[in-house]
Amino acid sequence: MTSIAQTPAARRSRGRWFAQVGWRHLVGVLAVLFSLFPIMFVISAALNPLGTLSSTELLPTGASLENFTNLFDRTAFGHWFLNSLLLAGVASFASIFLSALAAYAFSRMRFAGRRIGLLTLLLIQMFPQFLAIVAIFLIFTTITDLYPSIGFNTPWGLFLLYMGGALGANTWLMKGFFDTLPKELDESATMDGASHVQVFFRIMLPLVAPILAVTGLLAFIGSINEFIIANVFLTNTESKTLAVGMFGLVAGERNNNFGMFAAGTLLTAIPTVLVFQLLQRYIVSGLTSGAVKG
Amino acid sequence: MSAPLSGPGSATRTPGREPARPGLPRTARHHAPITATGLVVKVVLLGLVAGIALWAAFPLIEAGHWIGLGVLVATTAALFYLYLGRRHIPAKYLVPGTLFLIAFQVLPVLLTASTAFSNFGDGHRGSKDDAVVAIQTSSVKQVPGSTEYALTIATKGDPATGPLTFLLSDPKTKEVFAGDAGGLRQLDAGAVTVSSLSGKITAADGYTVLNIGQASSRSDAVTALIVPTDDGAIRSNGLTRAYEGKAARAYDAGCDCIRDSESGKTWTADEKVGSFVAADGERLSQGWKVNVGLKNVGAVLTDPNISGPFFGTLAWNFAFAIGSTGFTFLLGMAIALALHSPRMRGTNLYRMLLILPYAMPSFAMLLVWRDMFNTDFGLLNNLFGLDVDWFGGAWSARVAVLLVQLWLGYPYMFLVATGALQAIPRELTEATSVDGASPWQSFRAVTLPLLLVALSPLLIASFAYNFNNVNAILFTTEGGPFAPDNPRNGATDLLITYTYRLAFGAQGAEYGLAATVSIFIFAIVATVSAISFRRTRKQEEVYS
Repeated sequence: MTSIAQTPAARRSRGRWFAQVGWRHLVGVLAVLFSLFPIMFVISAALNPLGTLSSTELLPTGASLENFTNLFDRTAFGHWFLNSLLLAGVASFASIFLSALAAYAFSRMRFAGRRIGLLTLLLIQMFPQFLAIVAIFLIFTTITDLYPSIGFNTPWGLFLLYMGGALGANTWLMKGFFDTLPKELDESATMDGASHVQVFFRIMLPLVAPILAVTGLLAFIGSINEFIIANVFLTNTESKTLAVGMFGLVAGERNNNFGMFAAGTLLTAIPTVLVFQLLQRYIVSGLTSGAVKG
Repeated sequence: MSAPLSGPGSATRTPGREPARPGLPRTARHHAPITATGLVVKVVLLGLVAGIALWAAFPLIEAGHWIGLGVLVATTAALFYLYLGRRHIPAKYLVPGTLFLIAFQVLPVLLTASTAFSNFGDGHRGSKDDAVVAIQTSSVKQVPGSTEYALTIATKGDPATGPLTFLLSDPKTKEVFAGDAGGLRQLDAGAVTVSSLSGKITAADGYTVLNIGQASSRSDAVTALIVPTDDGAIRSNGLTRAYEGKAARAYDAGCDCIRDSESGKTWTADEKVGSFVAADGERLSQGWKVNVGLKNVGAVLTDPNISGPFFGTLAWNFAFAIGSTGFTFLLGMAIALALHSPRMRGTNLYRMLLILPYAMPSFAMLLVWRDMFNTDFGLLNNLFGLDVDWFGGAWSARVAVLLVQLWLGYPYMFLVATGALQAIPRELTEATSVDGASPWQSFRAVTLPLLLVALSPLLIASFAYNFNNVNAILFTTEGGPFAPDNPRNGATDLLITYTYRLAFGAQGAEYGLAATVSIFIFAIVATVSAISFRRTRKQEEVYS
């Protein structure tokens, strides 16, 4: 008797479940499928023993690590990987430090030229650095003549150049976040005899950790993906970054090198995905709260 | 809207014991005592600055770059003054980043802006004198009685990449020379070893001699190397012999023209265009750099070959930037709304998988998408049984590019929309439903406006970024498809990829014109952003 009575009720409740929650899962699953299918394709291509584009299906047809071993044997992938990690790591760290310094001054101090400075930063960052590449090329031709160790084909020259874009990219976002911290914090620390340096390092920096994480991550992803300037800068095989080196892999031989390229893509993704999952909890709070005012 | 701070310590817990007193001066005007650590750090950092300055000074002195040295000394002195004194505190925080900004961003931008008023580009690179030398040396021909040399190819750098030098020995006089594009220098006979058999130089102090294999692999560079001399130039003839030829064309200062001694034809210098032009209108390909004033600006606005593509490209550029930003925002927000429910389970798992495209290296994924759109063996055509030449048609290429942008960009929008949604107090939406509003009404009236307030700065930033998103086009369609009659400008070209092709394309570099277009792009992006920022009316708060 109970079972007969339950059937229509259960059907009704299942209908209500779909109207309230079920469709949300449907949307979620569809979105995940959309997100994952190109990645699935890359995995399938990386494991494909033939290593060509034309023989790659959406789902893996074989499981061979040949593409990975080829990648290390036939190309300078190891060099590219280390170059990229070193460059992106050092550049993102240094650039968030530089812009945190500037954001502190813009947020906490009042001085002549503050408003002009902020507006100038906003304007300058809108001029894409790579449009000036001819001028950059000429400048660095001179620098290479004078100081070969920071010229073309060195990570340091590229590092200096990326530092040029540091202030423009992050200062506004960080200043917005600094502004949300109550001023009483640093005022009372100053009362207690802390210098401005101590206020910055001991009080402000720990509190702005979320935005440091976010801008650091954005800078990291940005320098891993930077291609145009690096392509002009780095012409020696061993000094290339991942973007430049791997573009060269499929620039000429689109079909045959696709397996190696896919394997390289997966390996490149490892550091970013790791950093990403590590900092994920900061990202949402950092981006939105910094953005409200910036 | 205030998102929770995840950093150690909470914003509301004040570390000081005393509450702030409003009457006292605000910050650091009264000086805090100097700590030992602070002093040590300061000394170490300033020592580092001094060290770097010393290291940088020697090459400048050696090369005689006195202006560069002056800038270096002044900068170093200013840094010491700033950090040793106790005043100018804001400057202490701003100067490190600003130095890099000026050197590697402002300076290149200014240089670019100045080339916008010149004809700088292929054939117009150097000064007039350079052009004359280039014309003379390239017209060198071997004539009876010209001096012949035994040639050895050498370099001061790496045999595979270093700049080449000709080591020459004159079999008659036994004199030895070193020559490169800068000219000819006589070498000390004691510093070189000359083979008695062939008369060739086999070793020279300071040079690495290339063996035949290395030299022949760089034979193009060997052929291109011309050593200018007083009455002609020295060119190679094969890899082991060289001759000094006579220049058929010479510069005549009297008529300010180039005269060809064989045909008697003259090309007169035209300072307006920076070229030597003959009476019949023929131009020599080697010209020099001159100021052309507003000619490039005029060309962008009026020359139909340039302005036609320029405005067409501008329209598509706006469509691309708005489309990339708008579609990613709509999709990201829709998914965020769908997953934002207290009864949802597993949202963390969904979120982790959804944002994977954002964490993948975008340059590589763009190339992967390009290959997925491949007509013959691309995944999309295979999977859906289609036979579409995606990048062949103007509109299918545009749709394809926007689809790729959607895939790459929506996880980011999903993330920030989720964050903004979580910050909207649930009581607000509950209150609207108590008042009898439908979910759609409550979304339109409450959720969407709040979301837009929170996210509009990010949307503007995303617009500005996508307006100049080179990678998105360069790695997929490369600007194509191109109309058969116009190889300069394709259907999916953004202004910036169009500029890139102008500056570095196969058509020959036109840096002057490219720089002009760059300035236009900058003006457009700056105007759009300025208007949007003003409209968000956050200005007052930002400058408070």
